[in-house]
Amino acid sequence: MKQLTVISGKGGTGKTSLTAAFASLTKNAVFADCDVDAADLHLILKPEIKKTMNFYGLKIASINKNVCTICMKCYEYCKYNAIDKDINIIKESCEGCGVCEYICPVDAIQMSDRVSGFSYISETRFGPMAHALLNTAEEASGKLVTMVRNNAKKLAKEKKKDLILIDGPPGIGCPVISSISGVDLVLIVTEPTLSAIHDLERILGVAHFFQVPAIVCINKYDINLDNTKKIEHYCKTNCVDIVGKLPYDNVVTEAMIHEKNVVEYSNGALSKTLIDTWDKIQRRLFA
Amino acid sequence: MKIAVASGKGGTGKTTVATNLALSLEDAQFFDCDVEEPNANIFIQAKIKETEKVTIKIPVIDITKCNYCGKCSEFCAFNALAVVKSNVLIFPELCHSCGGCELICSKDAISWCERVIGKVEHGYANGIDFYHGLLNIGEMQAIPVIKALKKKINKKKTVIIDVPPGTSCPVIESISGSDYCILVTEPTPFGLYDLKLAVGVVKHLFMPFGVVINRDGIGDRRVESYCQKENISVLLKIPERKKIAHLYSNGIAIVNKSNEWRNMFAQVFDKIQDEVKR
Repeated sequence: MKQLTVISGKGGTGKTSLTAAFASLTKNAVFADCDVDAADLHLILKPEIKKTMNFYGLKIASINKNVCTICMKCYEYCKYNAIDKDINIIKESCEGCGVCEYICPVDAIQMSDRVSGFSYISETRFGPMAHALLNTAEEASGKLVTMVRNNAKKLAKEKKKDLILIDGPPGIGCPVISSISGVDLVLIVTEPTLSAIHDLERILGVAHFFQVPAIVCINKYDINLDNTKKIEHYCKTNCVDIVGKLPYDNVVTEAMIHEKNVVEYSNGALSKTLIDTWDKIQRRLFA
Repeated sequence: MKIAVASGKGGTGKTTVATNLALSLEDAQFFDCDVEEPNANIFIQAKIKETEKVTIKIPVIDITKCNYCGKCSEFCAFNALAVVKSNVLIFPELCHSCGGCELICSKDAISWCERVIGKVEHGYANGIDFYHGLLNIGEMQAIPVIKALKKKINKKKTVIIDVPPGTSCPVIESISGSDYCILVTEPTPFGLYDLKLAVGVVKHLFMPFGVVINRDGIGDRRVESYCQKENISVLLKIPERKKIAHLYSNGIAIVNKSNEWRNMFAQVFDKIQDEVKR
């Protein structure tokens, strides 16, 4: 079973639109939306939820005011300033380390589980899907990514699928690292803007750091041909293959409005290029 | 006044709005808190004058004192320590520096060392006092870099904060403490869905906010109807224009090419000031 993660560094380059289009080109795959704090893949794949599971993120401290002697020890020892001078927990700052519970001389503090979101196992018109919802202002999105990936792996085993197609988050930090660790290949979606090129260099660095092979796809390559050349040059000197150059086409947004991916919605030039691109990716994956 | 520019969805135009807003003001302080992928300086072009390392503390085990009891690893909520037969393994990128392992160690075998995870850079350009943070490649935790950045805030100045995408911890860390939040979106189903998530975050923080619709004209009218229904003020609409997209792709701020746009961004600032005063 192979795993492919679609990432970009910079947000908004087209990760989800491309993942959704590739979904309809796969034959035997499971889909995973690992952009858990702004998940959008479900808007196109329209999953029918079969199973919902609680996601327990970080633990949280709670203080029994009847027992607390206001000795201030917890306030002093908390490294995250998550306890104020009146000994109230600041929920958004608590990282759940448990130091306050340990240091409290009168056992007034207890660490408890908190439901920080939900993970789902679903069915879509292209195959099974694992996804999640992180509650507002919750942390530990990396941990939720891992839960989604484990669900996807289980699904793939149960249903004898040979590919997990993962829609990754933007950035290079914790949730990205959780999304790409141990996968067979990452597809980096970039665009010919100076911002995206800057971010491409950093995300390629991350893939290299974790020894995950990477390929690149240039989305909207025709909005700035000079910059596209820069990307091609950069990839060539760094021995990174470019598997596709997709033209700008507002049909992607039109398809999105109709809750379809672009390959389903149109058989224009963009869809043809996407089919060709997926073919190259697949050959690379199963080579 | 501190204004945060956030979005939920990535690539909607946070950096465009934040940099153009800052450039249309006199004497603003700018913070690019998207420390994973900072892009603001492509547009602001500040010459970096100072660089400061961002470090976090991680435990060091004195093997001569350790009796491999395993209590530190049991206590660690982040699985940053593992005790095997006659060794203690430390996974530095998982450590949140809570200090719990040192407290729990009965043999006094744990001390701390500094570990560099990124940097904060500072410079000036066009009257802007510019700061950005950079998380090192392969590092997990953006929060300490964002915290180090925000220590540089000068309360007397107008502060513009460029926030990373998403809705989780780095976003909350970047936004919190601001007087106002601009949410940048695009008129598409993805834009709308993620806008609603972002609205949830700013409401959770009890922060006044308004919306900028970027690439106006590409999708449908559902973002506008949503804002109308929810009584959210639309501060500005930036139309989908080839020229604007092209300037962006070459790292050029639109207010530096057009006085009309400079005035529009200045008006957005005035609107925000009025709303905050009220």
